[in-house]
Amino acid sequence: MPALKADIITQLKKDILALQGFRPLVHSQQMINLGTINHSFPNAQFPVGVNHEFICNSSESLTASSGFIAGILSSMLQKGGAAVWINSSQIIFPPALVSFGIDPSQLIFIHIKKDLLWTMEEALKCEGLTAVVGEIASVDLTSSRRLQLASEKSRVTGFLLRPHPRQLNTTACTCRWQVHPLQSKTTNGLPGVGFPCWQVELEKVRNGKPGSWQLEWSNGKFQVVDLNDSSISGEHKKAV
Amino acid sequence: MSNRFATIWFPYLKTDWFSVRQPNLINEPLVLVSPDHGRMVITAANKLAKGQSIQTGMVAADAKAMYPSLTVIDDRPGLAEQLLNRMAEWCIRFSPAVAVDGDDGLILDATGCSHLWGGDTTYVNDITERFRKYGYTVRVAIADTIGAAWAMSRFGNDKCIIESGQQSTALLYLPAAALRIDDDTAARLNKLGLRQIKDFIGMPRSALRRRFGPKVSKQRRTEGGKMGTGDEDLVTRINQALGIEEEFIQPIHSPPPYQERLPCLEPIVTATGIEIAIQRLLEVLCKRLKQEGKGIRTAVLKCYRVDSKIEQVEIGTIRASHHAEHLFRLFELKISSIEPGLGIELFLLEATKVEDHSSLQETIWKSAGGLQDERISELLDSLSNRIGAGAIRRYLPAEHYWPERSVRPAISLDEIATTVWKVERPRPLQLLVKPESVEVMAPIPDYPPMNFRYKGKLHKIIKADGPERIEQEWWLEQGQHRDYYFVEDDQGCRYWLFRLGHYDDVSYQWFVHGLFV
Repeated sequence: MPALKADIITQLKKDILALQGFRPLVHSQQMINLGTINHSFPNAQFPVGVNHEFICNSSESLTASSGFIAGILSSMLQKGGAAVWINSSQIIFPPALVSFGIDPSQLIFIHIKKDLLWTMEEALKCEGLTAVVGEIASVDLTSSRRLQLASEKSRVTGFLLRPHPRQLNTTACTCRWQVHPLQSKTTNGLPGVGFPCWQVELEKVRNGKPGSWQLEWSNGKFQVVDLNDSSISGEHKKAV
Repeated sequence: MSNRFATIWFPYLKTDWFSVRQPNLINEPLVLVSPDHGRMVITAANKLAKGQSIQTGMVAADAKAMYPSLTVIDDRPGLAEQLLNRMAEWCIRFSPAVAVDGDDGLILDATGCSHLWGGDTTYVNDITERFRKYGYTVRVAIADTIGAAWAMSRFGNDKCIIESGQQSTALLYLPAAALRIDDDTAARLNKLGLRQIKDFIGMPRSALRRRFGPKVSKQRRTEGGKMGTGDEDLVTRINQALGIEEEFIQPIHSPPPYQERLPCLEPIVTATGIEIAIQRLLEVLCKRLKQEGKGIRTAVLKCYRVDSKIEQVEIGTIRASHHAEHLFRLFELKISSIEPGLGIELFLLEATKVEDHSSLQETIWKSAGGLQDERISELLDSLSNRIGAGAIRRYLPAEHYWPERSVRPAISLDEIATTVWKVERPRPLQLLVKPESVEVMAPIPDYPPMNFRYKGKLHKIIKADGPERIEQEWWLEQGQHRDYYFVEDDQGCRYWLFRLGHYDDVSYQWFVHGLFV
């Protein structure tokens, strides 16, 4: 009898997740491998077909968030597909995307100052796309809900970059992230700059567990690293 | 009513075309040449060149030896045909039936047309005058038969109008070649002393037929509609010129424009009314486009208002489309900009640019996704109609090392990269629009700086890579080279710095050009 109850509860939990916009992935190729971060998400899968929001308090953090998104996009665009990247202030330099395993010609860049939300919503409604990245500073609850609903309906993943947001208001986005650049690590204190490193904070996730990790992009994938090991501190000492 | 035909002869068609494009050629002897058996042979000559006894068929080198000042231009194959076809379409303003005649003339069926100009004289003058304004020399003649008009335009004196029924008298003093007979027959007639038409026109037809009758049809040209000299025998030509035998022309057909009209009984003032009108027009137009395998690239909707003002909106698509729903969505965004005023009484939808649309390809790609997906081009259409097409870009690699020039915007969604992306050196994800000047402290030449001040904040450099020297491409722009450094500061922020010019120079400068992830 208790076994039966447990079954019912799991089933109900699944139903609730589906109602909230989390649908289990049909294709395994859409799986995005974020290592241990995946355990923070419902169903232990990076949620696609929803909106992610990135709070960026500096232009460095905006670039770092863009890089983190590029890493996620690379596994999304592996099997073809196209994405739209809407910019209002920053200019993405396409050759840099190649190092993330993205063919830049798969991306369509839109550079505008106004009609950002409209453009983002139209793009999210287009089922032919895989993902939409939009750099929009101010998003209120209503507009974020519109974007989230468009996303859930078309299964297009939305990434909202919010540079210098005036206030951290509540939004309907499934996840809220903050990405900051971290000092890179070089093996055995060799000179030069290492692989890109970030402090990735998952501040809010619906039905999941928020957390904080130190990530490194190397060999075409994310790796959770601990930067407080000896090599980096050695480098520190030398530099200081 | 008797038939009337006008013929237009362009004695210098191709050379005129070149003179129109290069006005400095007008007062120079000009010939066009094309290769023939290893020699350059003159294919056309303008009036000045012909005045210096240069004929077509001469070798260009000979002509050049005689007249060193001769301008020689390469001929373009198919030019005469293209020009005549376009002129024939343009001449539909003079007559509904226009045919191309050989490679230097047009034939207009002017029956019942010239009175609209107030008579034959003004009709002919108008045609001549209009062509002259465009820079073409023409001779126009009008007569009851094609043969007579042809003869008068080529061989006649200044009088180019033959009154109705007067063709037999008008032709009397023209040479035999004026009858559109082949060169062989003309030469034989000449040999027999029958130089002018009056010499043989009175001869019994049976006698003429016996000597100059129909040849064995071995090289008979059967090209439809094109009248050339020499494809009929002498007797037929005489009869055609005199109007005893009827001759037909094959007029060109100009394609009907992709245009639909919707007149309204009651003037329309509401947005809903306009929507319905657009839907109806699109339905009819798209049906036709679909049948012909075409799609709209640009279209204009004109709304004729009661107060005789015209409101118009325009849409454009990235790929040719005949998807009525999609096109309607594009127009829908613009409906708010139409001011109906007192009401719109006529809607006119015109596809101004139409391209081939292959529906087969569409079905193949429907599920495949990627940029070929029709839904993406439809999305971009609606975006570009609101935010402007200039804001939407896709980038392809360009073969340049200079960072600003290493990418170029793609022309179309289908364009593929002709070269590979260069990935040997790290590139910043965010490139600043313009490199920003920074203050640095650099210890030794060719070493990365120790620290730099950017936006009022001091960054202490912990790690660095470089330098990577990128030279200015001197064939495009003059300037100093850049030495790029990939640096990381104590906060972990990564930047792309460069020094413009040599360290030894008096005036070198440091800039930040991008931010790494």
